[in-house]
Amino acid sequence: MEFLADVIAWFTAPEQWAGRDSIPIHLGGHLALSLLALVGGLLVALPIGIAIGHTGRGSFLAIGLSNVGRAIPSLAILGIVFPISLRLNLGFGFAPTLIALIALAIPPIVTNTYAAIREVDRDLVEAGRGMGMGELHLLARVELPVGAGLVMAGIRTAAVQVVATASLGAVISADCLGFFVLKGIATQDDAQVFAGALMIAALSMVVELSFAALQRLVVSPGLRSDRGLTAFTEPGRVPRDALP
Amino acid sequence: MTPDEPFIRWDWIVANLDDIGERTWEHVLMTVIAVVVGFAISFALSLLIVRWRRLYAPLIGATGLLYAIPSLALFALLIPLTGVTLLTAEVALVSYTLLILLRNIVAGFDGVPRDVVESALGMGYGPWQLLWRVQLPLALPTIVAGLRIATVTTVGLVAVTALIGQSNLGSLIVQRGIRASFPTAILVGAFGSVLLGVLADVGFIALQRRLTPWVQARRG
Repeated sequence: MEFLADVIAWFTAPEQWAGRDSIPIHLGGHLALSLLALVGGLLVALPIGIAIGHTGRGSFLAIGLSNVGRAIPSLAILGIVFPISLRLNLGFGFAPTLIALIALAIPPIVTNTYAAIREVDRDLVEAGRGMGMGELHLLARVELPVGAGLVMAGIRTAAVQVVATASLGAVISADCLGFFVLKGIATQDDAQVFAGALMIAALSMVVELSFAALQRLVVSPGLRSDRGLTAFTEPGRVPRDALP
Repeated sequence: MTPDEPFIRWDWIVANLDDIGERTWEHVLMTVIAVVVGFAISFALSLLIVRWRRLYAPLIGATGLLYAIPSLALFALLIPLTGVTLLTAEVALVSYTLLILLRNIVAGFDGVPRDVVESALGMGYGPWQLLWRVQLPLALPTIVAGLRIATVTTVGLVAVTALIGQSNLGSLIVQRGIRASFPTAILVGAFGSVLLGVLADVGFIALQRRLTPWVQARRG
């Protein structure tokens, strides 16, 4: 109980709400990093996923990427990008964290977009072709709308991973919610550690739930089904449907 | 780090091979503890689920919730309870393996054909004999697939425990590398943990082939 009071006291202290290391600064940094990383990831990954899925060429890339994405620990990506970024004079903190996060966002989006388009019923595509649709038309009117749920699932996985991993940016002094956890550990301030962790956990829950809602929204009502839970079979092809 | 310093100092790697080996060993040990404990818990829970199906949704929901908490946050949430200790790290690591293992063990049992179970029962197998001699061997490929993913995921998460003071390849990245501005240690830690993950992945694929020779025989 006393501990909870400490945590509440931490949240209500004025220095948490104004100044260089206040919550608004670090939350803002966290959101900016996550948003830019997701947009950057989408810009790179969507066209690649669509191209591979539509043409069927280079599918090894989509599958390989998902395996590699799962095998490389996020801290390792950050660790590898950081010294390179210093070498290239991109600086400390923001730039290397953003680059690492973009790299993290790409694999799930490519893999899911590819799978989404591949798994569209071939009869539907043939029917569209029979109706005289061109390739772009097929993509925009048949393949993407039918596969939208899976594409969105990939974007959701990427978003959740990006928001979770952005916290690690604090290790290389990027403004993000991880700052409070690391500072709390360094100063043995358990209330601060806990408060920081609460904010990180809450933010990822919000992102997870909003993207889950968005995913339901983009699936056409005619395509909704209650598929049972599936087993994990391959690293990187972890189904996310067990998550709340 | 000064601009004229070489990017990777091979001499440092050679001089510190003992140290790197020790960090690698600690990394392996932390991974093994988490996966073994996680497997024991998941196996017990999955037996409960096989017996009482109603437990499935709440247990998967609970482990799913744990899985959704970012690693740094879960480690940090435990610190007020268990301090900056190995126990904190392992509790969090174990809880991440639960969703993966539980789902795969249950899916493995579910995948055993009904006919096979009926035949075994008809031949007079008791419930334990049925489990050990029939259901478990047939569920093995799915269970090992779960172990493979849980292990590869844990290798990556162990690196993050360096942030809560644990010693492993992650501490080469964080303490020896980033905080000391020494890229060589960062890259050794990063590539070391990637390599461990890949080795675990390949190792489990080989294990899976050995444990289920009939899958190969059917394909060939």
